[in-house]
Amino acid sequence: MAWSRLQEDELAARLVLNLRIPRLLAALLLGMTLSAAGMVFQLLFSNPLVEPGFLAVSPGAAFGAAFAIVLLGGGALMTQASAAAFALAGLGFSYLIARRLRFGGWVLRLVLAGIAVSALFSAGVGLLKYIADPLTQLPEITFWLLGSLASITWPKLLSVLPAVVLGLGIVLLFRWRLNVLSLNEETAFSLGAAPNRERLVLIVAAVAPTAALISISGMVSWVGLIVPHITRRLFDADTRFGLPATMLIGGIFTVLCDNAARVLLAGEIPLGILTSLLGALIFLGLMTAQQFRSRP
Amino acid sequence: MTQDPHALLAFRDVTFGYSPNRPPVLARVNFSLRAGRVLAIVGPNGAGKTTLLALALGWLRPWQGDVLLAGRALRDYRRAERGRWLALVPQSEHTPFDYTALEYVLMGRAPHLPPLGLPGPADYEIAMDALARAGIAALAHRPVPQLSGGERQLMLLARAIAQQPRLMLLDEPTAHLDLHNKARLIQIMRHLRAQGMTLVMTNHEPDVVLAVADDVLLMEAGRPPVFGLLDEVFTEDTLSRVYRLPIRLVEANGRKQVVWT
Repeated sequence: MAWSRLQEDELAARLVLNLRIPRLLAALLLGMTLSAAGMVFQLLFSNPLVEPGFLAVSPGAAFGAAFAIVLLGGGALMTQASAAAFALAGLGFSYLIARRLRFGGWVLRLVLAGIAVSALFSAGVGLLKYIADPLTQLPEITFWLLGSLASITWPKLLSVLPAVVLGLGIVLLFRWRLNVLSLNEETAFSLGAAPNRERLVLIVAAVAPTAALISISGMVSWVGLIVPHITRRLFDADTRFGLPATMLIGGIFTVLCDNAARVLLAGEIPLGILTSLLGALIFLGLMTAQQFRSRP
Repeated sequence: MTQDPHALLAFRDVTFGYSPNRPPVLARVNFSLRAGRVLAIVGPNGAGKTTLLALALGWLRPWQGDVLLAGRALRDYRRAERGRWLALVPQSEHTPFDYTALEYVLMGRAPHLPPLGLPGPADYEIAMDALARAGIAALAHRPVPQLSGGERQLMLLARAIAQQPRLMLLDEPTAHLDLHNKARLIQIMRHLRAQGMTLVMTNHEPDVVLAVADDVLLMEAGRPPVFGLLDEVFTEDTLSRVYRLPIRLVEANGRKQVVWT
């Protein structure tokens, strides 16, 4: 669209300024956050197969959204707040349970607790779907679970901006330190780090913007898993450069997916479907390509 | 036991166990190690060698007693400060990610940087130099998962060298090495000692101990450990008793060797 037309055509101007730009920014931030958080999680857990939602964050958000839709009237703001709150609660529960487990090292305990809490939330989502009104509430839950940026507005975007800027800022400050924190605990300790405390700071810094963004976008999966992989294939594992790079690639990937979601068919395709489809295809391509270097 | 003012690392009546319900793994361990010497911690499996190394690192805290570093309690050191005094060479380390050897060794610079600082050109130089001193400068840009077990061991040593500590703790440094690399590692350890570094290693292999150690801490399950000069502690009698095996020391090519049947 030409710039001159934007100045003449009020409708076009409003469309771009009030719908397209906030949506573009939301897609950019969503991709940056999910991939940065994914890289942080993969490094901290020394496992290339984890994604930012796995510590009960995504299932928590899903439960929060379904809870708000079924039991709290389903207003947009209420759904957003509930999703964000339960996403953080998922992390909080996982952490508290991990502290009580008497089994294995810190990482293993956190993973186990995360799996258990995720299962609880997923069961809760199932229950809520079962009791939801099949004509009004159930489609809304389903649509939320598929993820979409179609209903992004400036107020929604601005409401999550502080958490996103703060979280991504902290993550970027840790971009080299993250390497050290990916080593086993005793080694990280020998290098002068406080592994458990610093990892907790990083996890919260990565989860807060993730929770904030999925509260307005719904479930957008695979970005946080696949983009860090692509980044590590293009660059070295060193997160000093890898972390900014993965944010850039993730942002571009999500913007492209969201544009495709908007224009590919006459109607809107949920973004989560496209990121899953493309993400899984790329992932399979990487896994079957020769020299899959980052071995799980 | 009198306090040695020149001791770099000293254990004072250190008692430690993993569970309060079970008897301690280490009971009233005493020794003091002077700067510039190589200490070998020797003993059968399960005697508590690696535990002792973790106590010296500060990773584990004694139930009773004190671990002193340069006359000061280890727990009073700040984290980064402790990282500039002590380096750990773990037995093995797993990374699923494609770090290059140089990036990996560069992490040894962490205690010299502010908490969120980035390594600069000087740090890269120190890391390259450390790789060269470990004899693996040619591997600087190879991904770590592609290195052999021996090369990885040398890389872990290079990271500790890049850390520029005064005391290096090595957990079974020769465990994964073939004969050639073992000789190389002994050579590097001698070089480090010549430059004033103090080394503490756990080791299963008596020939390595005989080749490089000055002092020996001999550990036996259920008995107080024996600390002393290599020649005093490493005798046929004590070795035979500790390993429950008839062991003889013979001289060949001017070097002592351990023979067992």
